[in-house]
Amino acid sequence: MTPDSGLEQAGRRVDRAGVVIAAALAVLAAVLVWDASKLPSTTMYGMGPEAMPIVIAIGLVILAVGNLIDALRGKLPARERMDPKPVWRIVCGLALLIAIIGCGGGFILATSALFVTTSAAFGRRAVAVDTAIALVITTLIYLAFDKLLTLSLPAGPLERLL
Amino acid sequence: MMDTFAALAHGMAVAIQPMNLLYALIGVILGTAVGVLPGIGPALTVALLLPVTYKLDPGGSLIMFAGIYYGGMYGGSTTAILINTPGESASMATALEGNKMAKAGRGGPALATSAIGSFVAGTIATIGLAFLAPWLVDFAVRFGPEDYFALMCVAFVTVSATFGDSPVRGLTSLFIGLTLGLVGIDKLTGQARLAFGIPELLDGVEVTTLAVGLFAVGEALYVASRRHHAEEKLEPVRGSLWMTREDWRRSWKPWLRGTLFGFPIGALPAGGAEIPTFLSYSTERRLTKHPEEFGKGAIEGVAGPEAANNASAAGTLVPLLTLGLPTSATAAMMLAGFQQYGLNPGPLLFAERPDLVWGLIASLFIANGMLLVLNLPLVGLWVRLLAIPQPWLYAGILVFATMGTIAAKPSVVELSMLAAFGVMGFLMRRFDFPIAPVVIGLILGPIAESQLRRALAISLGDPMVLLQSPISATLLGVAVIALLAPFVLKGLGRFKANED
Repeated sequence: MTPDSGLEQAGRRVDRAGVVIAAALAVLAAVLVWDASKLPSTTMYGMGPEAMPIVIAIGLVILAVGNLIDALRGKLPARERMDPKPVWRIVCGLALLIAIIGCGGGFILATSALFVTTSAAFGRRAVAVDTAIALVITTLIYLAFDKLLTLSLPAGPLERLL
Repeated sequence: MMDTFAALAHGMAVAIQPMNLLYALIGVILGTAVGVLPGIGPALTVALLLPVTYKLDPGGSLIMFAGIYYGGMYGGSTTAILINTPGESASMATALEGNKMAKAGRGGPALATSAIGSFVAGTIATIGLAFLAPWLVDFAVRFGPEDYFALMCVAFVTVSATFGDSPVRGLTSLFIGLTLGLVGIDKLTGQARLAFGIPELLDGVEVTTLAVGLFAVGEALYVASRRHHAEEKLEPVRGSLWMTREDWRRSWKPWLRGTLFGFPIGALPAGGAEIPTFLSYSTERRLTKHPEEFGKGAIEGVAGPEAANNASAAGTLVPLLTLGLPTSATAAMMLAGFQQYGLNPGPLLFAERPDLVWGLIASLFIANGMLLVLNLPLVGLWVRLLAIPQPWLYAGILVFATMGTIAAKPSVVELSMLAAFGVMGFLMRRFDFPIAPVVIGLILGPIAESQLRRALAISLGDPMVLLQSPISATLLGVAVIALLAPFVLKGLGRFKANED
């Protein structure tokens, strides 16, 4: 990574994001141990299914400490200034896609919604044009899958018209 | 030696069947087209296409994936030369000199030397693969489960810790991958781990879902978050595509030297084309008769690293095919491709399905030839793909990314996992954690665990079995050294910093 513009001040201060990452790793390790403790050990020889999670959990704890040390020393690589708005828009687009698929809205509507939200997140304002493009492209994909590859994509109201 | 020729001839007979030629052609076209798109590497291309192909014939699909693999490498270098944004770290060296050449109106020769160099290196390295593979297979049949486990430990360490920017962050990525690998039903005892009562999780985390989430969705989110940074500038291809006599004279030695760096380092279970490309770049800079041109567009600086990049791509196929050991994200996706058809690369596959393995190796030669034709005269066509407006490009990438998951498993849980991995990929990019170790941890973790448990079951639980086998003891020693080396020698792997 060679960011050359818009750097945040990379000082010797405590990096709060780094502390959060270290904590998340520790929590993950705890989840592994908790899950492994519920497994009954039935293996006569060698390792049971609970052994590997414990080994990995130990590794995660060591790495959590390593990440914590880096964060406390402020040794994380400098980060670029970021704009969170488009990220949230795309995440909303993905949520919309999942919701439409979950409610049986079908492939075409779901992926078109994702296309339009992503395109908007990248700064386009022509929602109507993009919607038209998205519907055409996803319909073509649906037909190609259905007819050529004989893979079934989830069908909704639009797909039943085809 | 003669056996290799016979096997290769047999493979060639498989590869030139019309259907297989067609698969190879589709593969190289898709690979180049997607590889040209900024931010999409060969690993993602294979990941996107895996779910779509599981109903096709395994032999043909694997030939197609190999074409995608090689095509992605060619396409990536075009992007690196014409826009100064290498899609993968292995193209960084190419971007250094290649983009300067393009700015100076020598984009044509830069593209030509990279395409011809890739062809030369790819061909030599594939010959190397054909001759090294049977030898390694003979060696690998003697491997017991404890030796395989030790070998995977070496791969884990070298992929995540030894050659990265930070061993702590690399190992963190690896352990996240290993954790994800635990999810699902334990194959030996049938008990569910980390499934939290969700039925979809019992089958484990799909490699394609993880890879597409981390690479495609993560990349889209990352690019969106820093959209306000300077727009990338596309350099038009100016000047003749053909290299002058002088260009040829200055290119052929770097091609061969790049191959010599790329193939052995790629074939070692060390992973990544980064090291050989930078080694090649610094070597060419030292040996050149035109040191004043370096940093301003020296053709040697494109020819060498490009050859090294492609040779190491062929090199990573050696451990993948002979040992089932992926050492790069792309190789991990190829392994997932094999597993999709219930095939396990390794010595057994060479014995049981020689037609498939040798057909695949032979088709690599064909793919390489096709790529030279596709990339030299037709380069103008691929460059048009770079003109797709960014909003549509990333919207399209996300539609394709989700399409694969929707086709394979149209469930809310699977799609939510895809979105979650996407956010994870975004955060990992933002905080500079490497992505490939996660994918390798997920795919190799369960295999390593079952080998270790098998070894311990055979030894009746005695862990000393790991040290009693000479192969395993040596490999574990290598793994420990590789783990400690970056902490001891802070200079190792840092030479990249000097190149900017």
